[in-house]
Amino acid sequence: MASSVSAAAKASAAFAHKKELAAATASATTQHRAGSSRRTKACRVRAVASPARAPSAPASTGSVKTAMTMTEKILARASERAGLEPGENVWVDVDVLMTHDVCGPGTIGIFKKEFGEDAKVWNREKVVIIPDHYIFTSDERANRNVDILRDFCMEQNIKYFYDIKDLSNFKANPDYKGVCHVALAQEGHCRPGEVLLGTDSHTCNAGAFGQFATGIGNTDAGFVLGTGKALLKVPPTIRFVLDGEMPPYLLAKDLILQIIGEISVSGATYKSMEFVGSTVESLNVRSLLKITLINCHSNMEERMTLCNMVIEAGGKNGVVPADETTFKYLEGKTSVEYEPVYSDAQARFFSDYRFDVSKLEPVVAKPHSPDNRALARECKDVKIDRVYIGSCTGGKTEDFLAAAKVFLASGKKVKVPTFLVPATQKVWMDVYSLPVPGSGGKTCSQIFEEAGCDTPASPSCGACLGGPRDTYARMNEPMVCVSTTNRNFPGRMGHKEGQIYLASPYTAAASALTGYVTDPRDFLM
Amino acid sequence: MAAAAAPSVVATTAGASTAVLSPRPAPASAFLRRTYVTSHRHPTLKCRRAGPLTPAAAAAAAGGSSPSSAVFHGEVFVVGDNIDTDQIIPAEHLTLVPSKPEEYRKLGSFAFAGLPSAAYPTPFVAPGEESTRYTVIVGGANFGCGSSREHAPVALGAAGARAVVAESYARIFFRNSVATGEVYPLELADAGAWKECKTGDVVTVDLGNSVFINHTSGKEYKLKPIGDAGPVIEAGGIFAYARKTGMIASKAAA
Repeated sequence: MASSVSAAAKASAAFAHKKELAAATASATTQHRAGSSRRTKACRVRAVASPARAPSAPASTGSVKTAMTMTEKILARASERAGLEPGENVWVDVDVLMTHDVCGPGTIGIFKKEFGEDAKVWNREKVVIIPDHYIFTSDERANRNVDILRDFCMEQNIKYFYDIKDLSNFKANPDYKGVCHVALAQEGHCRPGEVLLGTDSHTCNAGAFGQFATGIGNTDAGFVLGTGKALLKVPPTIRFVLDGEMPPYLLAKDLILQIIGEISVSGATYKSMEFVGSTVESLNVRSLLKITLINCHSNMEERMTLCNMVIEAGGKNGVVPADETTFKYLEGKTSVEYEPVYSDAQARFFSDYRFDVSKLEPVVAKPHSPDNRALARECKDVKIDRVYIGSCTGGKTEDFLAAAKVFLASGKKVKVPTFLVPATQKVWMDVYSLPVPGSGGKTCSQIFEEAGCDTPASPSCGACLGGPRDTYARMNEPMVCVSTTNRNFPGRMGHKEGQIYLASPYTAAASALTGYVTDPRDFLM
Repeated sequence: MAAAAAPSVVATTAGASTAVLSPRPAPASAFLRRTYVTSHRHPTLKCRRAGPLTPAAAAAAAGGSSPSSAVFHGEVFVVGDNIDTDQIIPAEHLTLVPSKPEEYRKLGSFAFAGLPSAAYPTPFVAPGEESTRYTVIVGGANFGCGSSREHAPVALGAAGARAVVAESYARIFFRNSVATGEVYPLELADAGAWKECKTGDVVTVDLGNSVFINHTSGKEYKLKPIGDAGPVIEAGGIFAYARKTGMIASKAAA
């Protein structure tokens, strides 16, 4: 049932390690257009060419149905088409539409303007409204935007509105969740086979559940609010096969940074990124523990990290095939029935990349681009001013457990201000209650305190994207920051001259301990 | 683009029959209004975009020529590769709601405020101004990468830019530009144009002839046909396209 990689393809896998790179050229990889990246060197595709297309004539197979990838199948089902091909534009039924405090008000404005002041949303149970971006601030407009969401939700009787009223104490708000993408997953809104659209580029995060999830703008969202439909162009799929045993010093963040560094910030433009392979199936921060429930939670969060940064490669969506791990995670979280889909064995992929994960090393993305990849150990002379651990990308429970692991292994205190922003209330509670393996029962929060980190902050998007001036941990002066977030373009965390090194939670914690960009093996091995 | 079969959908517009809709300055039909406008931007002329085009202008535009023969003329603002949405509109300004006219204008005043001053010494919007002197933006590859924030094309359009001419686009920015009608996202047939242009050069973008001309340098560049976005732009944005193809009910005419 799970999408399989043919034996022949496996046998001919090349390895993605730098040292083994010969002059592997991108013969089959045609996605690079002239001037597609600021890097002038030719893209070195360290992978096998895409599998040859099956040359069988349709008549010979006896079946007229074309083999499709997961993404194509999801869009076909959502548009009630028996089959479709990349490049086609189709109207799809949307299963869930998400919006937040930054784009919600604009979306609502368009909805009312186009459908009428008294218009009703197409389905009050399929709209999920999650204030999360600019919450704990005294900025009046930001606060007003949450009020706009509330007014709309009350007027429309929106079922899922994760409201916040008391900004001085996030815990006083029982409905409030925090970062939208993590909340969507935790609240059971992500289901295999479905179409989820959100007014945020990291909506692709949900692809970890084997669904089609992508970001859209206010106008498109306003349209969906009224009709429940969206016009989407079917993307071809690039398949990433990740095999090999995951070293104990690597996390999913390292894998996706590796990939983005490989294909560039426009390498997956208009394409779907499908992640398969033995590593993906068993991604697990706490591999030493055999308790299945905890492992599946860990797996899903790591899969989310992978899919989260698909947008940073220009990707339209990312997908991980659903499996037992997914189903177990969803138990008790959703009562909506779902039906997973999987890429056909004969599905045609735009190209294939293969990685032997066991040979990879911790990486960072240097300023000022997510594809400016470098080995963490090669940046050890970069002095830093602060570390930030948070966001949908790197502020989940597993991310904090990972950081705690490094602090625990060191036993020392951080040398720079270290900011911790749990993504949601649930994550915050986990940080304060879950025991860290090997610590003798200590919680993450205790370990963080002993290491001299800042107290974990109120859950929200925080300083990942700067925000209003009074946002916690915002970079208001030029400085160097190692961050578990997703973007490091100029000004991303506030100051235009700030320098951001994107990294895994392991690398971020290690760097906090030394005051320099640091390979976590210095502490974990 | 393969015309998508449009199953008819009953839009849940309660009260649609009661609304009397005069031509509104709705972003969705912005393209139809602007198409035949040849905006000659004199270096000394300060163009104030008071807000979305007035109903009078919209009415005048009705029955105008199709978007694909539009011509834009004026000064160009040049940027390089991978200009992301944080540079186009820094996140601290995202508290501004684009559908509110005063905030729409304010967004325009912050267009390209995120560009590092060292690399871009000439600001897109001069200090103290609310709009730009530049009609056309020329860029390299992957223009508009990063966030899905619609505030990005909106800021450019609100500032007064009419078209972006780039080597390639990030998908969400491209989509948002088409959906809102704020700026035409045009693609160059070849790479490297931005390196041969300087901010302040006088240019013409001629959609009918698919050409981008830099009068100051004397060079001409081929544009790619508008492609898949064509039918949506021709119709006037995603809402107009949906109405035209029967996907949603037509609005009651004034």
